[in-house]
Amino acid sequence: MSIPLQLTVNGKAVKTSVDSRTLLVQLIREELQLTGTHVGCDTAQCGACTVHMNGKAVKSCSILALQAQGAAVTTIEGLSTGDTMHPMQVAFRECHGLQCGFCTTGMVMSAVKLLEDKPQASEAEIREGLEGNICRCTGYQNIVKLIQHCQAGQSATANIAA
Amino acid sequence: MTDMSNPPVSPIGQPLLRREDQRFLTGVGQYTDDVVMPRQTYAVFLRSPYAHARIKSINLTKANAAPGVVQIFVGADLAEAKVGGLPCGWLIHSKDGTPMKEPAHPVLAQGKVRHVGDQVAMVVAETALEAKDACELIEVDYEELTPVIDITKADGFGSAVHDEVTDNVCYDWGHGDKAAVDAAFAKAHHVTRLDFANNRLIPNAMEPRAANAMYTRHDESYTLYVSNQNPHVERLLMCAFVLGLPESKVRVIAPDVGGGFGSKIFLYAEETAMVWASKKVGRPIKWTAERSESFLTDAHGRDHSSTAELAMDAQGNFLALRVKTIANMGAYLSTFASSVPTILYATLLAGQYKTPAIYAEVKAVFTNTTPVDAYRGAGRPEATYLVERIVETAAREMKMDPAALRRQNFITQFPYATPVGLTYDTGDFNAHLDKGMAMADVAGFPARKAASAAKGKLRGIGYSCYIEACGLAPSNIAGALGARAGLFEAGEVRVHPTGTVTVFTGSHSHGQGHETTFAQIVAAKLGIPVENIEIVHGDTGRVPFGMGTYGSRSLSVGGTAIVKAVDKIIAKGKKIAAHLLEAADTDIEFENGEFRVAGTDKKVPFGTVSLTAYVPHNYPLDKLEPGLNENAFYDPTNFTYPAGTHICEVEVDPETGKTTVCSFIAVDDFGNIINPMIVSGQVHGGIAQGLGQAMMEGCSYDVESGQLLTGSFMDYTMPRADDLPNFVVDHTITPCTHNPLGVKGCGEAGAIGSPPAFMNALTDALGVRDIAMPATAERVWRAANQMA
Repeated sequence: MSIPLQLTVNGKAVKTSVDSRTLLVQLIREELQLTGTHVGCDTAQCGACTVHMNGKAVKSCSILALQAQGAAVTTIEGLSTGDTMHPMQVAFRECHGLQCGFCTTGMVMSAVKLLEDKPQASEAEIREGLEGNICRCTGYQNIVKLIQHCQAGQSATANIAA
Repeated sequence: MTDMSNPPVSPIGQPLLRREDQRFLTGVGQYTDDVVMPRQTYAVFLRSPYAHARIKSINLTKANAAPGVVQIFVGADLAEAKVGGLPCGWLIHSKDGTPMKEPAHPVLAQGKVRHVGDQVAMVVAETALEAKDACELIEVDYEELTPVIDITKADGFGSAVHDEVTDNVCYDWGHGDKAAVDAAFAKAHHVTRLDFANNRLIPNAMEPRAANAMYTRHDESYTLYVSNQNPHVERLLMCAFVLGLPESKVRVIAPDVGGGFGSKIFLYAEETAMVWASKKVGRPIKWTAERSESFLTDAHGRDHSSTAELAMDAQGNFLALRVKTIANMGAYLSTFASSVPTILYATLLAGQYKTPAIYAEVKAVFTNTTPVDAYRGAGRPEATYLVERIVETAAREMKMDPAALRRQNFITQFPYATPVGLTYDTGDFNAHLDKGMAMADVAGFPARKAASAAKGKLRGIGYSCYIEACGLAPSNIAGALGARAGLFEAGEVRVHPTGTVTVFTGSHSHGQGHETTFAQIVAAKLGIPVENIEIVHGDTGRVPFGMGTYGSRSLSVGGTAIVKAVDKIIAKGKKIAAHLLEAADTDIEFENGEFRVAGTDKKVPFGTVSLTAYVPHNYPLDKLEPGLNENAFYDPTNFTYPAGTHICEVEVDPETGKTTVCSFIAVDDFGNIINPMIVSGQVHGGIAQGLGQAMMEGCSYDVESGQLLTGSFMDYTMPRADDLPNFVVDHTITPCTHNPLGVKGCGEAGAIGSPPAFMNALTDALGVRDIAMPATAERVWRAANQMA
């Protein structure tokens, strides 16, 4: 049965109706065709589906679309401002924080919130804060480093090859 | 036209940032599940809940009537259409000369199911949800059979996975010189023996497998989008061996692929069934695996049970190595499966050592588990684990320093022909051991150990001196060893009139950054900006041919094919330049993007030559065709041999069993390095997977029922950011002697070298002889508290 749903995604109003079983990630990927948010697992552990909802980083695979009724959702596509990437996106590139790219969008969304919530996070706190995002390619090292570069407000171009 | 008066620094060796990042970071990558076609239908596979059963009947009546169902296919449909089974690409012979057993590998089950997850039916419907709902209405009458699970008991178990292979043995293979080994053992001063397993792993690339298949009526062709590492191989296997279609009628596109690690090399049932069915259904068919489905159906890795014996003289010189291994093939032979525990394993058992006599026996068995095939390292991690664990154990038994024992047995003269069939072209094993030991501050270890002990913790240090063979492969050698395909690579370089270049490579990038690194190579050779070069990969409709990316082969084989094509471009360019400059062909030199008459300053830039090739007004048309477009196929003359030293230091809390990796040093010799940033990334990721194997990843099946117990990320522990330290990575360089780039490849080394380094450190910390991988907290706690 189709139930009416209204929310804001990346600043744009969305008015639709969904089957009650529809997950938020399905709404995002299939109906809105914002395919930057990815599905990597079915037990809410990998974090590839991470988006921001009402100011929090959430796993969109574990939220029914109807739970986002009236919510403000930001996906990776909404992180840049026009053609200007968010500093976190820039840092990922400058520090080689991605390889295959599949976990990356969720990782970026998690990392942005991690620093908003804990701007002074230690390395241990950064690593713990990324527990909800699994990467199979990078070994996490460069991701941790780039987050530290963001903390320091540095242009993250130093020492990439180490 | 670019001003070439100040030539740029060569991009070779520069940590250039990746151009592929832009689309990945902004969410506009195109992975296979992102592809939706007009009139799209969706497939869901009905899978066996049993590990081993006969299919007595399948009733589709209710399912066919379910809402949204378009068509449902079962094995009988494919059998009737004479669709073949999935092939194995490597023929291994047993010791007695008989070829390996190759039971049928049907696309959809026929008569029996042989592992939990084995595909029984494909439901095609208007939506995935409707397909799923219809699946649940399919009635299958199964007669359960006893599953074969334990590989040490499979031979002669009394239940046969395949009716025609009554002992479950696929092959019983031998390699090396048994007589020489037996003789050496007879006069050994000391024999070290180790019995151990190499634990079964699940690759778990973050992007689950996916495909979208469609048939086009107007030219009777098929197009397949698939998450895959080698689209031309996928097409060749599917067309020639299974569907009987001409290759010219099938286009395979592997767009952005979210990791592979080997698991996406193989031809799988799902995309094969979908391509076949797309003509019947007349609409595109789309499927994406759920993660728990991936767990059950992506080829698993490793899964050996081995006994290794090392014979030494009184001074600690290695005399001989004897190995007996049982290897799991799973329920069916996957594409490379037979080669992984044989050709890719036994040939590395010399390691970095001069051991004069080696003999290995490998028995491959079928079990009622998911098929097992190549996973990052494919055979070489298994070999390295065996060699480095037994060498370390031997050092402890002989009360010799583990580094010293290794050094005394190192190969130091190159080229070196090992007794297991490979010739290492070059290397310097002492160089990376020296560097690694300095970086690891081995000298300071005793003090650190004491400091840990003062806090009630156990500390240990472990080495891994690994060598591996990659850059697959010389086709004639591979063929002699049983490969049913060639292993060359292809590259086409197309220069456009305005001097930009498109390179079509048979290699595939699913994280390796080829779009950047291959452009660096071409930019360096042509002296044109990196931005002017586009790398195209992953589409059989655009790239002439390729064998794909695995076995750390892309740079050494794919890169060399491109180099050779560029050499042809330069050779032709010289002739064009000679005409323009009114000189002899042989007087023309090419450097920094300019063709110059030797000894003069008469020159023309690359852009002028390229334009002339396409606007051939002032041109030797009587001798030379217009255009500037060349391709090359490169078949390597040897494998390449990356090697290195990994040193790991761990601290164990005996109260909890928690093991912390305090430091991990990796000094690798990859030959010349094109992009150090990307190489380090590959090493980090490889080490993470190797430590995953050693510390936490364990794929386990229930022996009685054959159910996969570790069927999701809840039960199969993937390494996360807070499980791992920062790795310290450095290099030594002995350039490969047999490719023009002097490169050896780096993609798998991290996963190959790291498990024994960790396990050697852990056993050192615990003071135990051996402990099984994965060394979970429970296992470590039991060992630390002497409770087996």
